[in-house]
Amino acid sequence: MLMIFGIPGPLLFGQLLLGLINGAFYAMLSLGLAVIFGMLNIINFAHGALFMMGAFASWMLLQYAGIGYFPSLIVAPLIIGAFGVVLERTIISRLYHLDHLYGLLLTFGLALVIQGLFRNYYGSSGLPYRIPDILQGATNVGFMYLPNYRAWVVLAALVVCLATWAIIEKTPLGATLRAATENAPLVQAFGVNVPRVITLTYGGGVALAAFAGVLAAPIYSVNPNMGDNFINTVFAVVVIGGMGSIMGSIVTGFALGVIEGLTKVFYPQASATVVFLVMVIVLLTLPHGLFGRRA
Amino acid sequence: MTISRRTLLGTATAAAALPLVRPRAQSAPTIKIGVLNDMSGPYMNTGGPTSIVCAKQALEDFGVSGKGLNVEVINADHQNKPDLAVSIARQWFDRDGVDMLLDVPTSSVALAVQSVVREKNKVYLNSGAASSDLTGKACSPNFIHWTYDTYMLARSTGGAMVKAGGDSWYFLTADYAFGKQLQADTTALVQASGGKVAGYSTYPFPGTSDFSSFLVQAQSSGAKVLGLCNAGADTVNSIKQAREFGINQTMKVAALLMFVTDVHALGLDVSQGLNLTESFYWDLNDRTRAFTDRVKPKTPNNWPNMVHAGCYSATLHYLKTVADMGAAEAKKSGIATVARMKKMPVEDDCFGKTTIREDGRNLTNAYLFEVKKPSESKGPWDYFKLVATTPGDEAYRPLGEGHCEFIGKA
Repeated sequence: MLMIFGIPGPLLFGQLLLGLINGAFYAMLSLGLAVIFGMLNIINFAHGALFMMGAFASWMLLQYAGIGYFPSLIVAPLIIGAFGVVLERTIISRLYHLDHLYGLLLTFGLALVIQGLFRNYYGSSGLPYRIPDILQGATNVGFMYLPNYRAWVVLAALVVCLATWAIIEKTPLGATLRAATENAPLVQAFGVNVPRVITLTYGGGVALAAFAGVLAAPIYSVNPNMGDNFINTVFAVVVIGGMGSIMGSIVTGFALGVIEGLTKVFYPQASATVVFLVMVIVLLTLPHGLFGRRA
Repeated sequence: MTISRRTLLGTATAAAALPLVRPRAQSAPTIKIGVLNDMSGPYMNTGGPTSIVCAKQALEDFGVSGKGLNVEVINADHQNKPDLAVSIARQWFDRDGVDMLLDVPTSSVALAVQSVVREKNKVYLNSGAASSDLTGKACSPNFIHWTYDTYMLARSTGGAMVKAGGDSWYFLTADYAFGKQLQADTTALVQASGGKVAGYSTYPFPGTSDFSSFLVQAQSSGAKVLGLCNAGADTVNSIKQAREFGINQTMKVAALLMFVTDVHALGLDVSQGLNLTESFYWDLNDRTRAFTDRVKPKTPNNWPNMVHAGCYSATLHYLKTVADMGAAEAKKSGIATVARMKKMPVEDDCFGKTTIREDGRNLTNAYLFEVKKPSESKGPWDYFKLVATTPGDEAYRPLGEGHCEFIGKA
């Protein structure tokens, strides 16, 4: 059997693939954070809670309205995105003229309140959500047994990430967005409603988190703490990729998933810390992150 | 009306002196029970608010007010952090006058609190934690381990797997006291019956929700049984993901610690056919059903599992003992109270008759269950079929093998 660093080859390839799958979640979540930070200058600590709400929304849609997985991939992000718009309009928008730290504190508090409410009603063990029938089962890809659903997650995540990047970097709408963050008064003078652009951007970032939540629902149990496990790692991803860099967060998300996957083979106990180790090294050598622009 | 400075001072002094007078006016001192568990994290449903409900149910069933006792139940969230739990316990004993510490899941936390209780000479009745060290290396005369432990789980669930031909194991282990102890106890059992351990993965706790890497490693090890040395939400996630990766086609999954609450979270179509061990199930007999009917209205979404039932049973027996020896006497010495508890006969609706061994081990029966198929389940929470019963005196580690230091010295 092929051996690489004393580890059987198939096992190593398997871990690389699994790392990529986790990376897909990191990429989608950090992308939403990067968009919100880049456009609004808000460090959105409520992102994990909104991700969790996405998963819960899909569970509730199925439970109470009989709406299945695929429709809820679209409906759940819309609902949670709308919730994000309300949050931004009523609460977050009041802090734009203050220091970053206030936004961070506010969204952190919001996250605690949202999680507490869900915990109060649904407990912490989680709720079951079935993998849709069409994606049940697994395929033998030679070196491992790949569940069809996980393959679908990577595919869906890649498509959504690239589409978001394209919208922001390549379309007139994205150009307006970027201009509005660069110089809001000037863009407003051209007749663009800047506060509305900002609100919609926040809603979009939140919808991305909710979309990731729906994808995660069948893999993890739908529980109020599910965002917690991701949010710290995802912040590290954003910092490593360079705050506010869209492509940076996508690439870094996938890459860190892979690094974490490899750590699980060589020294599993460190798998929760390796991301932060990378963060320290990157910050020491490249303070603006791998893809960040110099201020 | 004008208020002079003198009247004001007089009133203030009287008000300040009031708390000093009040305790003397009451006939019996207040017994305080502190429920210390996970109110927000992965073990919230296996213990959490339902443990408090069950402890209070014991007060009601015992009829504290009719027996002239003043009993108060308070609680706190230890967030699975040993350091936090130790400081809460100290504060409870020093400032709030807590007499008995109840539940305390998460073995690392349970072990950390042990020495504080002993130092302050209070009573410690543990229902939620699993580590068999609590009545072994880390035993204490102030302590009773009420509901279950890692040795009993390994013997019951692990023993059934080995008997069914599972002679090679791979462990997926939460990296803290409980996971390691459960793995050690199960390893000993597997090796004693001629089996072997093909390998293990130890993952960081808490904070791991994706187990796929470890599951793939387990699969490639060629072992016949995947032993899950974890609990709560971690067990739920690992079983769900094991199924996703088709592990259940090549290996048998042994959930070494799994509660009815976890089965509820997983759903029967994922968990059907699994073997697990509990010392209590709500549908065991008329008495357990009657108990469940009493507490159900207070915790409708989370029916009692063995940990919750243990909190009820332990509190009830503690109250009987306190009533027997007198509240003032019971408050004086934790060691004396625990010694009396060990002598008194234990009986309640949840566990029937049990005995408490001198090392503090409550000898409950171990019931091996199989999770029902969705088609076999007749109603809400109808999840288990009873497969085998190990009587209490055989279910636990023999007294001599625990090496508890105070045995024979008292």
